[in-house]
Amino acid sequence: MPPKSFFELMQWGPQGWLDEMTFATGLTLAVAISGFLFGLVFGTIAAMGKLSRRAIPRRLADVYTTVFRGVPDLLVIYLFYFGGSAMVTAIAQKFGAQGFIGLPGFLTGTLAIGIVSGAYQTEVIRGAYLAVPPGEIDAARAFGMSGWRLLRRIIGPQVLRYGLPGMGNIWQLVLKESALVAVVGLSVYFYEVKLGDLVLIYETRFSDLLRQAHVAAGSTRQPFVFYITAVVFYLLLTTASTWAFRRAETWATRGLRQV
Amino acid sequence: MDFTFLYTSFLRLIVGIPLTLQLAFSSIGLGLVLAILLAAMMRSRLLPLAWIADGFVFVFRGTPLLVQVFLIYYGLGQFRPYLDEMGVWWFFRSPYYCALLALLLNTAAYGAEIVRGGLQSVPHGQIEAARAFGMSGFTLYRRIIAPIALRQALPAYGNEIILMIKATSLVSTITLMEVTGLAHKIISETFRAFEVFFVAGAIYLAINFTVTRLIALAEHWIAPDLDQASRPIEVGKLSH
Repeated sequence: MPPKSFFELMQWGPQGWLDEMTFATGLTLAVAISGFLFGLVFGTIAAMGKLSRRAIPRRLADVYTTVFRGVPDLLVIYLFYFGGSAMVTAIAQKFGAQGFIGLPGFLTGTLAIGIVSGAYQTEVIRGAYLAVPPGEIDAARAFGMSGWRLLRRIIGPQVLRYGLPGMGNIWQLVLKESALVAVVGLSVYFYEVKLGDLVLIYETRFSDLLRQAHVAAGSTRQPFVFYITAVVFYLLLTTASTWAFRRAETWATRGLRQV
Repeated sequence: MDFTFLYTSFLRLIVGIPLTLQLAFSSIGLGLVLAILLAAMMRSRLLPLAWIADGFVFVFRGTPLLVQVFLIYYGLGQFRPYLDEMGVWWFFRSPYYCALLALLLNTAAYGAEIVRGGLQSVPHGQIEAARAFGMSGFTLYRRIIAPIALRQALPAYGNEIILMIKATSLVSTITLMEVTGLAHKIISETFRAFEVFFVAGAIYLAINFTVTRLIALAEHWIAPDLDQASRPIEVGKLSH
């Protein structure tokens, strides 16, 4: 059988791989978004720690950012994937379960990316908070604002504005980092149950973009075609993100004097 | 804590340090040469040269390093007959050379932007003054432009070096047994992810700490008059 041409391989439907690659791009995007949001939570907590007057939260936040910015991301993914499963297995065995229990790759993968990106986001959030002029906070206090209202009306919007360029950088980083989950083989299963006379269960398995390219490369023996396609899909994602963040920055700085 | 296990893991992991350092420093060294070349192309008046350099930087900064590693190591295997004919198959067959190539192309793309930024930061008045003194061409670069650009670019380049040391961990996915590869092997054998992460993480932190200190020394050495606080250190600056 002669090898298929590029366009034959990249058809939509069961004959080609375009649909698989497109869904895989969607999953990569989902992993990146979840990882980024986890990172926002960890980053906000750690930034609060770093800005705290107490020594212990400051120290803990420092350890967190130093460790997770200084250690390779792949190592963190291994920690979460194997460590998380080992922990769950140990707990389950206490309750009488047997064997090894694997954690869903999506959860461990996005948590690992979240922990790492959170360490970077900490610095952005801290820097953006410190950029808020203290006079504005004093003024707001003089108006009787405090706590949640101060955060929502004065600090929040400005932190968002000052932090946006840095967050854009981190989003790009997260998008590219999400490729690492391919190493531990993240995949998501979708089940579809149709009720009628018969109950049918369809199972569809999605992998992330790099994993999908790897699988397709193995099954067609045309690795270059699929990796270069993955390159194109990643470029689409990063280019679209650059555009979106530029739009967001224009929006966030509207009504602001441009220097 | 099981100190015996930590110690035996440590002994097994340090075997990978030479490969980690070797890959990091050879790719950074070769990558810097390519980065300078790319930065020169980006500033070139010959537009096609500038386009090629811009395109290269766009592709390598816009895609994950792991995809680049796979594209070079697995992807180019598709062209084995041609590569064989050209007599370069020995290069693309070896995971070491493929990893080195991917790392060096990747760091060159990020490095080109840093070098370009450094060159752009040279105040025009300085160049005009040098020209008024009769300097031009290579002398101008050697005496005026390069020293100023270097001072400006070194903090960002230091970040890039740290990122590259971390990035070498990806080569473990194409069978190279550096620190992360060995860590993965020990974890698969023992399922003791926490302890292994602790030891391997400590090794990376130690390397990165040493390198950070060396870069700070170099910064002080090339610009002892500049106050640390007045230098543009970008907090949380990332590129990968």
